[in-house]
Amino acid sequence: MRSIRIVPCLDIDAGRVVKGTNFIDLTDAGDPVELASRYDAAGADEIVFLDITASSSSRPITLDLLSRAASEVFIPLTIGGGIRSVDDARALLRAGADKVSINSSALARPELISEIAREFGSQCAVVAIDAKFNGSFFEVYTHGGRNATGLELGTWAKVAEKLGAGELLVTSMDRDGTKEGFDVGALRRVTELTTIPVIASGGVGKLDHFLEGAQIEGVTGLLAASVFHFGQLSIAQVKEFLTHESIVVRPA
Amino acid sequence: MPLSKLALIDYGIGNLRSVAKALSHVGADIDVIEEPVVLDHYTGVVLPGVGHFGACVSALRDSGFDDLIFQCIDGGIPLLGVCVGLQMLFEGSEESPDTGGLGILPGRVLRFNEGERVPQMQWNTISIVDAFVESPLLSGITNSKWMYFVHSYYAPVGDYTSAIATYGVDYSASIEREALFATQFHPEKSSKEGLKILDNFVSIATIER
Repeated sequence: MRSIRIVPCLDIDAGRVVKGTNFIDLTDAGDPVELASRYDAAGADEIVFLDITASSSSRPITLDLLSRAASEVFIPLTIGGGIRSVDDARALLRAGADKVSINSSALARPELISEIAREFGSQCAVVAIDAKFNGSFFEVYTHGGRNATGLELGTWAKVAEKLGAGELLVTSMDRDGTKEGFDVGALRRVTELTTIPVIASGGVGKLDHFLEGAQIEGVTGLLAASVFHFGQLSIAQVKEFLTHESIVVRPA
Repeated sequence: MPLSKLALIDYGIGNLRSVAKALSHVGADIDVIEEPVVLDHYTGVVLPGVGHFGACVSALRDSGFDDLIFQCIDGGIPLLGVCVGLQMLFEGSEESPDTGGLGILPGRVLRFNEGERVPQMQWNTISIVDAFVESPLLSGITNSKWMYFVHSYYAPVGDYTSAIATYGVDYSASIEREALFATQFHPEKSSKEGLKILDNFVSIATIER
């Protein structure tokens, strides 16, 4: 059976949740571990931590965070941000991450994908791709969307798969933060050219958007942040809706 | 007095300690061991595994832990294999034709069919095989419960299969033979249901002393 994963994403800066949430009765709303644990209990299928600054000085904090998370959160954990070497990946995986997500560093040195896949297995090598339509094609960006690469999304996705990526996390910069829904065109471009799992990211704002994402052949996970963090939708609501629409999900 | 003390084998591959942390969470007394030890002190052994079949088997053999696994089998000491820890129990795998497995169970581990997204990286339901409805490992778990799977290769269904999952093909979601237990899914990543399975293993590995 094929099922769709619902994946909340937490932006982390120096061990604290950045954008905040409005969960009531949290003892510490800024603690990523407490939030992740709450999402586990609420029926999330996986958690992504995105270390948005990921400076060398904050790395020990991130390692401690993962170590605590692995003791309290019993669903898969992906960590992204600032991973530039196999040693970086090893430290994060040993601390408690199940997968590492690489983005700019994979574009700077694509062999890093192969090195991580060879050392730890493809299943923990996630390649995150940020893309934006430039008028003629979906162009890949680095450094949180600041630098254009000239690379076409589908081409880069295929290369990443060939180098050993076990999963692709595809974010549409055109949609991110807009709440206008996933970028179906960009996601189709990736799924049609690859055979590994694809997580859709960017733009989710209401229940119908989850359905649109889930209906893209080859999309296996749906990532969202603010709709969950600010309580606009619960994981259970999304899963009940998708189940009602005949999309297979693990019940919350 | 009931006694339960588990040894988790750390042979240097990837993130193996999540299993130990989940076992601690359900109250297990567990040592992570990095080299073979005398098993007299332990009532159960956990064999995790992630990544490449050949790399796992080689690392296991290089660190001398393969003998410890055979001691468990011969001595009837409860053993729990997880993910590649299940696959290594077989004779071999299509993933690394030149590196044989432990050969405790017959047959070979196969690659998922083309046409499926591989790796299977998702939650999937398990259905318990009739002969194993009383399985101590699956106690309290009903059919169609969801577990988290991450793998590209699978163990075929055999008389050792205690639960089946389907991903293009039916395969062994869990295995049981006497004191030998293994899951293809990650109980440590399968939320409440997975913790229940780990708790069950702790009970299996509890003796009166």
